[in-house]
Amino acid sequence: MYLVALASPINCVETDLTADFRDQFLLTYQHMLLSRVLEEKLGSLYRAGGRIVGGVYLGKGQEAFSAALGVQLRKGRDIYGPLIRDQAGRIAFGEPIIDTVRTYLGAVTGPMRGRDGNIHRGRPKEGHMAMISHLGSLLSVVAGGLFARRLAGTLADSIGATSIGDGGTSTGAFHEGLNMAAVEKLPIIVSIANNQYAYSTPNTRQYACENLVDRAAGYGIEGVTVDATDLASCLKAFRAATARARAGGGPQMIVGTLLRLAGHGEHDDASYIPDTKRQGPSARDCLQVAEDFARDRGWMSSANLRELNEEVRRNVDQTVSKVSKEPAPDPFKENWQALSCAELVEGQHEA
Amino acid sequence: MSITYLEAIREAQYEALRDDPSVFLYGQDIATFGGAFKATKNLSKEFPNRVFDAPISEDAMVGMAIGAAVEGARPIIEMQFADFSSIGFNQIVNQAATLYWRTNVPCPITIRLPSGGTAGSGPFHSQSMEAIYAHYPGLVIVTPATVEDAYWMLLDSVKLNDPVIFCEHKFLYYHLKADQIGDRELPIGKARIARPGRHATIVTYSAMVHEALRAAEELQLDGYQIEVVDLRSVKPMDTDTILASVARTGRLLALGEAFPWGGVTAEIIARVTTDGFHLLDAPPMRLNSKDTPIPYHPNLWKSHRPTTSTIAAALRRLLRN
Repeated sequence: MYLVALASPINCVETDLTADFRDQFLLTYQHMLLSRVLEEKLGSLYRAGGRIVGGVYLGKGQEAFSAALGVQLRKGRDIYGPLIRDQAGRIAFGEPIIDTVRTYLGAVTGPMRGRDGNIHRGRPKEGHMAMISHLGSLLSVVAGGLFARRLAGTLADSIGATSIGDGGTSTGAFHEGLNMAAVEKLPIIVSIANNQYAYSTPNTRQYACENLVDRAAGYGIEGVTVDATDLASCLKAFRAATARARAGGGPQMIVGTLLRLAGHGEHDDASYIPDTKRQGPSARDCLQVAEDFARDRGWMSSANLRELNEEVRRNVDQTVSKVSKEPAPDPFKENWQALSCAELVEGQHEA
Repeated sequence: MSITYLEAIREAQYEALRDDPSVFLYGQDIATFGGAFKATKNLSKEFPNRVFDAPISEDAMVGMAIGAAVEGARPIIEMQFADFSSIGFNQIVNQAATLYWRTNVPCPITIRLPSGGTAGSGPFHSQSMEAIYAHYPGLVIVTPATVEDAYWMLLDSVKLNDPVIFCEHKFLYYHLKADQIGDRELPIGKARIARPGRHATIVTYSAMVHEALRAAEELQLDGYQIEVVDLRSVKPMDTDTILASVARTGRLLALGEAFPWGGVTAEIIARVTTDGFHLLDAPPMRLNSKDTPIPYHPNLWKSHRPTTSTIAAALRRLLRN
């Protein structure tokens, strides 16, 4: 079988807009808005200084693509390996925003307990894998979870999903992981947010194929592209891809074209992105596009939006305020043990 | 009826598969073919759908084991040669080794590394990787020197709730035999006195234990009784047993087949000099391979690694001091 990647991007049309689709659209929009407001708050905390140690890495402009995948997944049944710019996807998957805030502030009450920070967080036992910084390396981990379930006979219709950017597709780990997932025919979604810059490096210095989706055929898997600024099209693409994976169709590659509307981190002004790009179609703000789409169809009124905005802001402020009062980790209470088998932990051998 | 070191490894995997349905094997050529060294011979026949051929993707092999472990599996990964684990290095040291500490989720995976030199194997099929992995927190590094340890420590490794780097020595695969496998005597983390003595201590591990024992035999002809400590696991390292031995003998030779810079022998010396300086009657000594890649031709290879005669010469210098 030779699969040819679909030449034209997945495009949502009016006949796709069933009631069920509308409900998912509106739910996803709420996740996107919460993500945007939370990230704005994290950015301002970073700029204010003092509260957040380390960097802040935002997914501004990538919320639609990220959340459109997260919302297809079922926490407790599916396995999700998000990456740097997946705050919206994590919310859509069911991660409470207090986990985000606690991890950014290094609170001992958070899932990472001050041992790791910012975007390096997850609850693996709930199917939310905690990314490491080495790009591409989560793909095989998510695949391994699915592989184990298949062996144990518990896979049923559960799927895995993981995200990467244009830069991450250049790693050996990405290639090895995707090839292995294809060989094992695992139900995994590989979502590639092509935001055109890996930190400052443009696509032209990252890959030499016409479109990243061209690679799907080389792996023997299905691949589609989508305008990642358009929530409706993203939902259509991910609904179809997750359905194919659940039905036994093997790995699914979805390449979304967009532009990161922020720096690599909040320390970065992204001055390397030329104005022509900033004014181009990939720089559309997906949140605004989604809002207009919903309003045009009468799915949301301006009053609804105002209310939703207020509620989301209250939620974020209350969460940050609560976490701010929580204790920071105490080095004297830390057990400093990297092994779960305490009897194998060596003494400290200090002078 | 006898059993080789390699057969013991196969037998341990057989029992692990038999006794625990969450165990599976993943590695290159290990299914029908039975592995490059036949360490998994017939296992895919005996356990259908539990032993899998992997693509040549060491990074993905380790990553998939980690994901499977999170889901409750206890995978055993075979690296075809320890040398190739460098391709899976990132997954081992950054993903597997940090998982428990970061997320409180244990990572019970066993990665088998056919290690060490054999004549004619050259720079890329001869390496000893234990020191590299021991450097990273969150990993257990075992280095069995005997048939019994190959068997029991592999079974123990699979049961451990932490990632284990199982360094099995290729030089011992076929030559080292035991009449039978006795009872399990020591847990991982405890060293063994392979030969008692009172004039000097050799602390070593893996195949070098046997070179050390032969050197000790040689020195006995001169009237010296050399104690040989087999570390069994280099991490955790059984410092108490090392110090107790040096307390008896007053002299230390740290011996290893790996490259000389840093590493296990340096760690042994560091521990003895910091915690047991007063026990030493002479400056401690180290003996390692030479600081070059591992050569191909047997003439060069035999001079690259420590041998019975270079160990005996080192002991004589140590005893003169």
